[in-house]
Amino acid sequence: MQISEAWLREYVNPAITTEQLVEQLTMAGLEVDSVTPAAAVFSGVVVGEVLAMEQHPDADRLRVCQVAVGEAEPLQIVCGASNVRVGLRIPAALIGAVLPGDFKIKRSKLRGVESFGMLCSEKELGLAADANGLMELAADAPVGVDIRDYLSLNDNIIEVDLTPNRADCLSVEGIAREVAVLNKMDWSVTQVEKPAVNHADTLIVSVKATDACPRYLGRLLKGVNPKAETPLWMQERLRRSGVRSLSAVVDVTNYVLIELGQPLHAFDAAKLTGGINVRYAQTDESVALLNGQTIKLDNETLVIADDKQALALAGVMGGSESAVSDDTQDVFLECAFFTPLSIAGKARNYGLHTDSSHRFERGVDPTLQERAIERATQLIIDIAGGSVGAITDVTTASTLPQRTAVLLRKQRLEKTLGIALADEQVVDIFQRLGISVQTQPDGWSVTPPGCRFDIAIEADLIEEIARIVGYNNLPNSSLLMRSELGKATEAVLDLDRAKDLLVDRGYQEAITYSFVDEEIQQAVAPDDDVVRLKNPISSDLSVMRTTLWCGLLKAALHNTNRQQNRVRFFETGLRFVNKDDNMQQQKMLSGLALGSAYSEQWGIATRKVDFFDVKADVQALFSLTGADMQFVPAKHPALHPGQTAEILSQQGDKIGWLGMLHPTLEKQLGFDTQVFLFELDQDLLLNKQIPKFRPLSKYPSVRRDIALIVKEEVAVSEIINCIKGCAEQTLQDIVVFDIYRGKGVEEGSKSVALSLVIQDFSQTLTDSEIDAIFSGLLETLTTKISAKLRD
Amino acid sequence: MTTTLRRISKIFASVGFQVVEGPEIEDDYHNFEALNIPAHHPARAMHDTFYFDAHTVLRTHTSPVQIRVMESEKPPLKVIAPGRVYRCDSDITHTPMFHQVEGFLVDTDVSFADLKGVVYEFLRAFFEKDIQVRFRPSYFPFTEPSAEVDIECVMCGGQGCRVCSHTGWLEVMGCGMIHPEVFKAVNIDSETYSGFAFGMGVERLAMLRYGINDLRLFFENDLKFLEQFK
Repeated sequence: MQISEAWLREYVNPAITTEQLVEQLTMAGLEVDSVTPAAAVFSGVVVGEVLAMEQHPDADRLRVCQVAVGEAEPLQIVCGASNVRVGLRIPAALIGAVLPGDFKIKRSKLRGVESFGMLCSEKELGLAADANGLMELAADAPVGVDIRDYLSLNDNIIEVDLTPNRADCLSVEGIAREVAVLNKMDWSVTQVEKPAVNHADTLIVSVKATDACPRYLGRLLKGVNPKAETPLWMQERLRRSGVRSLSAVVDVTNYVLIELGQPLHAFDAAKLTGGINVRYAQTDESVALLNGQTIKLDNETLVIADDKQALALAGVMGGSESAVSDDTQDVFLECAFFTPLSIAGKARNYGLHTDSSHRFERGVDPTLQERAIERATQLIIDIAGGSVGAITDVTTASTLPQRTAVLLRKQRLEKTLGIALADEQVVDIFQRLGISVQTQPDGWSVTPPGCRFDIAIEADLIEEIARIVGYNNLPNSSLLMRSELGKATEAVLDLDRAKDLLVDRGYQEAITYSFVDEEIQQAVAPDDDVVRLKNPISSDLSVMRTTLWCGLLKAALHNTNRQQNRVRFFETGLRFVNKDDNMQQQKMLSGLALGSAYSEQWGIATRKVDFFDVKADVQALFSLTGADMQFVPAKHPALHPGQTAEILSQQGDKIGWLGMLHPTLEKQLGFDTQVFLFELDQDLLLNKQIPKFRPLSKYPSVRRDIALIVKEEVAVSEIINCIKGCAEQTLQDIVVFDIYRGKGVEEGSKSVALSLVIQDFSQTLTDSEIDAIFSGLLETLTTKISAKLRD
Repeated sequence: MTTTLRRISKIFASVGFQVVEGPEIEDDYHNFEALNIPAHHPARAMHDTFYFDAHTVLRTHTSPVQIRVMESEKPPLKVIAPGRVYRCDSDITHTPMFHQVEGFLVDTDVSFADLKGVVYEFLRAFFEKDIQVRFRPSYFPFTEPSAEVDIECVMCGGQGCRVCSHTGWLEVMGCGMIHPEVFKAVNIDSETYSGFAFGMGVERLAMLRYGINDLRLFFENDLKFLEQFK
């Protein structure tokens, strides 16, 4: 909401500077976003009057004028404007004046004739973007007066960012009332003159939708001059409020909207058939609006209609057919109260937002209409003439919003604010706010005025007191809270611990958008049923991710496209899957690695990261919980069929996936190196085994190495599982320390070297006992997986 | 981001606040109605909401977690709820996804003074400096009284600079006393219990703390940016 400071100060003028005023408003809840000067900086311009004018001898379009500027002698000024004429009063820039844009006025010669100044247009003074000729001032403008004083240009435009609950401040009067309260100044509402009624015509008004329109006032103004010029002072005030001057009658309605907060509408009475009807539209009705749109209405939309058709969207925008134009003679002026609920959302449904709908949605003062229509009437007849008809008032008292008394309990006020306030202070604050207050034994019974739609319950009253006293004048207290001792859940690993482990292993955490490009999503997880946004911010962020890989791949590309050749990312967050008509939001931990396994350094040779490096990282995560996971070769649409493992718990729960990005996708997405990915279900990952003590053996352990020859397809995990399957009690550890292919091993097979550690709990094992254990193991290995001992 | 979130959690955990998470795809009851934001409320226009169908949205703030906790647990309650939130808005100072931390406390005899005290102490702990903090009346449908909280500009120390639009103050949080309508929606008696709630934008705090000048950097995941933060 933009307001002119000078206009505001006409209502209430506390002895404080602009900065202090702005600070006050902000600290009272009316946040000031900006303060801009009403006019660009310029100096040395006064009101001038053209006393005489002659054609320039050497230039057709120039005239030599003698201009009175309040000095002893008139000045000779050469002017090329088309509207210059004797008797015209205009802004005259004197020598030494500085116009906006640092344009200095000097003594000059135009086509050989001396000019001792410049006559100005609105554009040259920075008051308008365009101008047709000189800025014409009123015939009684005082000659010689500084134009900044005459037009009150030393003004500021204050932009207030009002919260939706302060509908009462959507007007100069409303803000003035607040300023009066904050400065403890006397305030009373300006009384309006009631123009005399001097014709007998009225229009019949019938209100069918009394719930939506509890009050409707209208009157006929006849013989109005539609082409009358809006006075400069009104044009300026409108400009400073961010509203363009259009025509006299419309300007008055806008003026009263800004001044009092009451939207009004003017109809061309000649275009109305019969009387006015305030009703809901019918389903097939449509109306052509002022902004050129024709909209289809529905039966929940309130319209102003005549006997023939819908004319306007009530409370939102008028229609083009019945609008006031240059040919209008008679005006029907509407001033109504529409309930917030009946207007709320309607404008937005049609894609509209007007000063009128903005106010009705938030709540226009239901007691304001009479004052507003009288004010608008007086202004119209002052500017455009006309005769005044009686006001037709259709009020349904039962549907008008009632302001009921609210009880504010003293004890509650104290408890909530944490401080005891003097009774007189509380009463004084309410009275200054225009809220009627009655002292009760336990507090105050308070009735808010019609304009305050935001005061309905005790908490609202407490806020009013608090904000007028000043939030920063209220105490801060050190919170004494009841506390319970916290938990220390051991069976669930802290996610932070897992994240820190990955950071320690050279990964960087990434945060990627939860909504992703459908194409990438489709390429990476074609079988997943996506959850789709109805209104995505852009077409490449239109579906919710079913895997965190979409974002990680995109983030990796961002970096490889910027000369990064080693990228290691992890991310935690939700994925969104539609499973059996159920939309699930699952917590995942996912990672990506590409480039060299270790960052470049002199101590070890550089080599590319591979499947087993990333597998080691994932296994490190599992070692935090003591879980024993299986990595089972499997197929995944996004991963290379030969380098994919599905990760399962011992019980067979699906934990996640690990693998190399499929080469086709690798190329398609724009990578030029292999990319490794993993994704794990967070809840399953973080399940921790609480340790259970296993007693230590007093007896020595023995390590024996064996080398087994197995077929290439036999996974090392199979060998290990097979050995573990023998349930040999004395077996403590198995480590694979070499895998060999080549000379000495037949084609299609590999040699796997394992070291086994044997230890017994009751005795030192003899060689023959150890041999027996090993033959047992070897037998099982030979039987189950055709393993051969290597010579 | 994680460092900032961990620091915030640590500060509140030290006085017993529990960390709770909530779903990111929410129904409009939890995201709006239960928080006293009915269907045609002007405040709904301020939240540019992503939606899947008429009643399913991406949460626009972490406040729905307040409702979910209060629906399932009885006071006294001390909770902070960090997480991703979504608004259909994208320009130099807005991204369609960002992070918030919601906090709330419900008990008997909780006052506005308690809220001010907690917020004040939190901001000083977070910035590790005795900065000026001021509270300004504002409006949220789910709190009454409501306040916005400013700190003296960390860039210019309150002198006035471009970052603070020459006001010397930076808005960092919103807070207020939980609105009786919200208590009503979760069946907590507002005569016996009172509470406060606060919400903060995590990226904003991180930007002010570390001097990061572009919000979009948080989501590009450029290693040159990420590697600056350990």
